[in-house]
Amino acid sequence: MKKNAMINRYRWWEMVLMYLGIALFLFFILAPFIEGFLVSLKPLGLLFSTPYKFFPENGSFAAYRTMWDSVPGFGRYIFNSFFISTVITIVVLVLVVPASYAFARIPFPGTGALLGAFLAVNMFSGAVLLIPLFRLMRSYGLLNTYWAMIVPGVAFLIPTAIWLLQTYMRRIPKELDEAAYVDGASHVYILRRVILPLAMPGIIVVAITTFIGAYAQQFIFALTFNSKTEFMPLPIGLFAYFGRQEVVWNELMAASFVGIAPAMILIFALQRYLVAGLTAGAVKQ
Amino acid sequence: MPGRKTAVLFACLLLLPAVLYVVAIVAYPLVDTFYLSFTDASLRRTTNWIGWANYEKIFDTEFATIIIRTFVWTFLSVALKMIIGTSGALLLNAALPGRAVFRILTMPPWIVPMAIGIFMWGWMYNGQFGMISGLLQRFGLSDGPVAFLAYGHTAFWATIVTDVWIGVPMVTMYMLAAIQAVPLDLNEAAWVDGASRFYRLRRITLPMILPSAITMSMISLISTFNSFDIIWILTQGGPSGSTTTMIIDTYKTAIGSKRFGEGAARAVVICIFLSAFALLYFRAITKISNRMTT
Repeated sequence: MKKNAMINRYRWWEMVLMYLGIALFLFFILAPFIEGFLVSLKPLGLLFSTPYKFFPENGSFAAYRTMWDSVPGFGRYIFNSFFISTVITIVVLVLVVPASYAFARIPFPGTGALLGAFLAVNMFSGAVLLIPLFRLMRSYGLLNTYWAMIVPGVAFLIPTAIWLLQTYMRRIPKELDEAAYVDGASHVYILRRVILPLAMPGIIVVAITTFIGAYAQQFIFALTFNSKTEFMPLPIGLFAYFGRQEVVWNELMAASFVGIAPAMILIFALQRYLVAGLTAGAVKQ
Repeated sequence: MPGRKTAVLFACLLLLPAVLYVVAIVAYPLVDTFYLSFTDASLRRTTNWIGWANYEKIFDTEFATIIIRTFVWTFLSVALKMIIGTSGALLLNAALPGRAVFRILTMPPWIVPMAIGIFMWGWMYNGQFGMISGLLQRFGLSDGPVAFLAYGHTAFWATIVTDVWIGVPMVTMYMLAAIQAVPLDLNEAAWVDGASRFYRLRRITLPMILPSAITMSMISLISTFNSFDIIWILTQGGPSGSTTTMIIDTYKTAIGSKRFGEGAARAVVICIFLSAFALLYFRAITKISNRMTT
């Protein structure tokens, strides 16, 4: 213990250098948020003043009020974002929980190859498959509905979810289901009464990462497969606003901050689970 | 355990929904892309087989330029992500007060809806009123305002920087996990022998995390090659094509001008490159795990 403390003792100039490095690194990461927040506080007239001023003079939260009128569908966009992400998360879990159990617990020929095939889906980030997907959606009449965003969204979140959950389930001691089997339990019973309760923390991590993935990546499918304002998720709703001739920047930034607030709250509340979930597989055990 | 046959049957049953879903939404469209690339498909209901005509049409000097541009863009972005992300991970691993908070502060670009982060960069790049141009002028590094997205050369770099910004948190967290897995006794033994901190970094930590770094850069390579949102929101491939990568080019052809057949042919070329990357990735990880077991 003492040795451990000694090895980590830094000289003063090492400390200064490292803190400087961290400051620089975090500045790169956080600068857009700081700048965006300051912009949301500046009155529009002041925004377009030269020379550039970093801190707003007589800043106010006025843009946070006026944006509800200037972006008419704003509340609806946020609702859509949540609705789409929630449905995606539920569908992914329904598909992934049984599949992960099969991968983790039942030895069958071709396990590795099938798992590899699932992971290969990650290679194609949707953009490559847009043309056939567009035709598919059109022939089933799904264009310009919520399903146009949910159906492809689910497909590209399945691989990571399966990977995370089957890794988690493999860590549950095998003796538990063997003992249950000796007592005469069926596979269905073992899945429901032994594995599911024990895998709950893992399932929660998968649900959170899937939800965040669905919330963060609503762009290309929503851009391509839906043109109805009432179904637009937040990023697309704001993109239409962003693309206008004269962008009302302070309101756009205010709207962005309200839009990312749920994600931010989620990170701070769940960061312990997140790091575990997002980096699983980085280190083989 | 239950009879082997029933067990396997049960496994199939459990896997079936997920497999069917992925076949319908990913595998079938993938095959369809190859088929469509040989047709004149468009918004019309009928499509005709036209053989290699689409491929003959797209292989010109402009397409070659786009391919080279995509590779340069991707390479620069991945390299910067790896350098900045690994440096960040090393710093965040140091036993400094406050590191738990610093680690959380690294995550936002990853978790926030991508498009919204990109809007913020759009403002930062604004020539008249944006932060970067403003600071450059303040410190006398630039005489007048710089509209980063208005010129090909600066727009190219601006899109790379934003892509790096979005990718860095993942690389940092992944490399941090790898650094933490380096056995502590190795470092301690070297420390007892009087090895300096820099020497230990160069001779112990960096070699030990190299396999993870290779894996991460391959994953990053594939996702960066597929990057769409950043370029589409910031420049839509402009000005005058200077940020048009293969994905953007395919999107413009297929969805923008509804030339599905020609777009599919371009998508097939992307698929070929992606498969090559995947093969490279697969070979890298088998080599790494072989070396680890022997």
